[in-house]
Amino acid sequence: MKWVPVCDREAVPPEYGVAALVDGRAVALFRTAEDELFAVDNVDPFTGAGVISRGIVGDRDGEPTVASPLLKHVFSLRSGVCLDEPSTQLPTFPIRHRQGSVEIGLG
Amino acid sequence: MNRTLVIIGHGMVGHRLIEDVRTRDEAGTWHIVVLGEETHPAYDRVGLSSYLDGKTAEDLGLVTHEVATDPRVELRTGTTVAGIDRHHRRVTTTDGTTIDYDALVLATGSRPFVPPVPGHELPGCHVYRTLDDLDAIRAAATPGRTGVVVGGGLLGLEAAGALQTLGMDTHIVEMAPRLMPVQVDEGGGHILGRLIGDLGLHVHTGTATETIHAGEHGHVEAVTLTDGIVLDTDTVVFSAGIRPRDDLAEPAGLGRGPRGGILVDEYCRTGDEHIWAIGECAAVDGHCYGLVAPGYSMATAVAEQLLENSDTPFGGADTATKLKLLGVDVASFGDAHAGTEGALEVVYANNAAGNYTKLVLSDDARTLLGGVLVGDATAYATLRPLVGHELPAAPEQLLLPEGDGVGTGALPDEATVCSCNNVSKADITEVVTTQQAGDVAGIKACTKAGTSCGSCVPMLKNLLGECGVQVSKALCEHFAQSRAELFEIVQVTGITSFSELIDRHGNGRGCDICKPAVASILASLGSPHILDDEQAGLQDTNDRFLANMQRNGTYSVVPRVPGGEITPDKLITLGKVAGEFGLYTKITGGQRIDLFGARVEHLPEIWRRLAEAGFESGHAYGKALRTVKSCVGTDWCRYGVQDSVTMAIRLELRYRGLRAPHKIKAGVSGCARECAEARSKDFGVIATEQGWNLYVGGNGGFNPRHAELLATDLTDEELVRLIDRFLMFYVRTADRLQRTAAWIESFDDGLEHVREVVVDDSLGIAEELAEAMDRHTRNYTDEWSGVLEDPEKLSRFVSFVNAPGAPDPTIEFTEQRGQIRPAPVELPLPNVRAEQEVSA
Repeated sequence: MKWVPVCDREAVPPEYGVAALVDGRAVALFRTAEDELFAVDNVDPFTGAGVISRGIVGDRDGEPTVASPLLKHVFSLRSGVCLDEPSTQLPTFPIRHRQGSVEIGLG
Repeated sequence: MNRTLVIIGHGMVGHRLIEDVRTRDEAGTWHIVVLGEETHPAYDRVGLSSYLDGKTAEDLGLVTHEVATDPRVELRTGTTVAGIDRHHRRVTTTDGTTIDYDALVLATGSRPFVPPVPGHELPGCHVYRTLDDLDAIRAAATPGRTGVVVGGGLLGLEAAGALQTLGMDTHIVEMAPRLMPVQVDEGGGHILGRLIGDLGLHVHTGTATETIHAGEHGHVEAVTLTDGIVLDTDTVVFSAGIRPRDDLAEPAGLGRGPRGGILVDEYCRTGDEHIWAIGECAAVDGHCYGLVAPGYSMATAVAEQLLENSDTPFGGADTATKLKLLGVDVASFGDAHAGTEGALEVVYANNAAGNYTKLVLSDDARTLLGGVLVGDATAYATLRPLVGHELPAAPEQLLLPEGDGVGTGALPDEATVCSCNNVSKADITEVVTTQQAGDVAGIKACTKAGTSCGSCVPMLKNLLGECGVQVSKALCEHFAQSRAELFEIVQVTGITSFSELIDRHGNGRGCDICKPAVASILASLGSPHILDDEQAGLQDTNDRFLANMQRNGTYSVVPRVPGGEITPDKLITLGKVAGEFGLYTKITGGQRIDLFGARVEHLPEIWRRLAEAGFESGHAYGKALRTVKSCVGTDWCRYGVQDSVTMAIRLELRYRGLRAPHKIKAGVSGCARECAEARSKDFGVIATEQGWNLYVGGNGGFNPRHAELLATDLTDEELVRLIDRFLMFYVRTADRLQRTAAWIESFDDGLEHVREVVVDDSLGIAEELAEAMDRHTRNYTDEWSGVLEDPEKLSRFVSFVNAPGAPDPTIEFTEQRGQIRPAPVELPLPNVRAEQEVSA
């Protein structure tokens, strides 16, 4: 696996999302209140719009989630599965924190 | 096949027949001609008194736009029928016009009974029946002078209430030894008389009007009662009962009932197979009904016959009544006078508290036959459906205030819960258990129960509970509290962040339901900029980027244009900015200009350009005040009576930025022509020659609603103060996403409760609400500027955190009619999750 540094850790505020361009692909990065990092595809599978990073971060039964801002579908940040319609899923990416920088795993 | 139905009389019952025929007549068989004697088309006669208390003839009108424009309905008002030619099936009006019919329905109603007292025809004597009668009484009434109402029954008390509303010193004269002798027994009448007397009305029972005296100019000057009392008065209102209007029957050779009324059988048919009679003019098997509910059932029975759906007889009528007369509860149901052989009466009277309850039971004391309630009629809803059924508990338990009362569980399935709309307990439990309805609003929508007089709404709540529906007020899984409760918590504790609130009063980390709701509460209580620190992550995407996210992830930008007034220079700026950033432009329904298709990274520069030209955020993205629409008003319009543009601008600037449970729209019309469509808004203002009328609770959306009149003839200052209180009361107590209409409906007394709090200040909070609004107005700053001045906030307006200038590759446009539009995305159709509005 190749780890690609994307941004400073501070560029992803707690319980907030940002989008990054990784290898030509839009990825949504999130940090929870417990300081866990998650990365999922930025494109909402229901609408085709690159908006997942702009959703509200929260939890459902303890599972960290993001709600797509367009039609409000809620996705698990761990698995990318849409909790409202489990047949739909967001691709997820490995993500880690290394020396003040956030890295995404590719390949 | 086209046939003509002629209806004589356009009152409540005649109108119900039109509606019943039109909704059932799918084949369009019937052409309906309605002949109404009054100049007003059908109106709510039951609500007549409210006409003197602020409602307009239009408010009371029953004719919907749909019926008014229905090509199959021909409405002729101001038309009196002279005779019926049964042989040729033809009706002739007094102006000589003839109309041929295939079916004829007489719905002529009744006329007020005026006792033949000497002097009853003098000027100054009135009856209480029509809008025109009320106009005459209003014109004659002088505040402070004495007015006399002849008749202490239901109608008499209503008329007395009207005279009191008009400021008159009011006397009621009733021949029987007590008030409301038909509905109420002696004990109840005694307490009722006391309660009415406590309200400042003078009650004379057991005495009659002997003579009405004329003064020098032939106008009423005084009334002498049979007990010798002389009342100096120039206004006498007869409200002593009604008589069926059956004048057309005899000349046409139709039979009449023994006590008047057009004689019909149980199907409401006269002796002529082409003619029916319904409502108060009909004597069904010889018996006339003076209430609207039986009339409605008759209309339905006749509509079914006309469409040959079924021959269901008019099944008799529930003559139970529950009223709030002059603010005093009175109810009577079933065999109220214990006329059944062997009937037993159980009475509880509390003179000190001013209430009286009587149950009439069968001779074995087990079956409820009827009852009377005066002073407090809350038990009516549960007792009335029990008539004819075995009592679920000992009578004293049902009567005594400390008793447990009776639960809805005791009701048999077939018991009628909503008698206005004839809905049984089984009908309601059916829609609840099959999950068609999960709350009171759902029951109302599925069954119509609770949509008329509303007295059964408490029972609907009980039934929900019995069906195992827990009506949870929890905002979401993270907060057990309702929005209104969280508002109070935040207000009292002074908590200023979501984290602190959820740590102390919730659980988990929040979600897309509670976070924006709490953000809105914090904003309403005067937090700093909505994108400060943690607040930014709480906001729905629209608030987070201060623009409206559209289907392809781009945003639309809507600057505020207060009252829709805009200078040519500003228009040019809008065009220039739109051209430069390649935006699609559209004029919105709220009199503004929407610029679509902005990429997130372009938003700050677009705002900077707009701000330089003097624009600020229009909050099109927020659950906040959107626009105050206006017409052109007195400045330009030849009809305008007030300056609607200045008022609209004043209101829009006052309430801009106000965060609320739902978006708020408003309108100001400069005259009754209502060009601003103010009555479809959360608050609407319509100018009169005396000032402003304020309407509240209107909306478009899924369930369009007309706003209702809250107050009339206000000065500029009074208007602003009332809107301050109304909006702040709404902001503080409504549920999440609950529009003003549903919020008003959520109170048991509906608009009346809002009026008490907002206009009469019944809770003593009006000043605080107004101050809160003053504070909001003082602290207002433009949200766009707040971002432009803050580099930290500006840094979030990028497409990609690691490539700020790179455009999002998912955004593509095509062209349509010379402007951009989002390129179609090839995807399976999603299930659209519309934001669920909260209903009452």
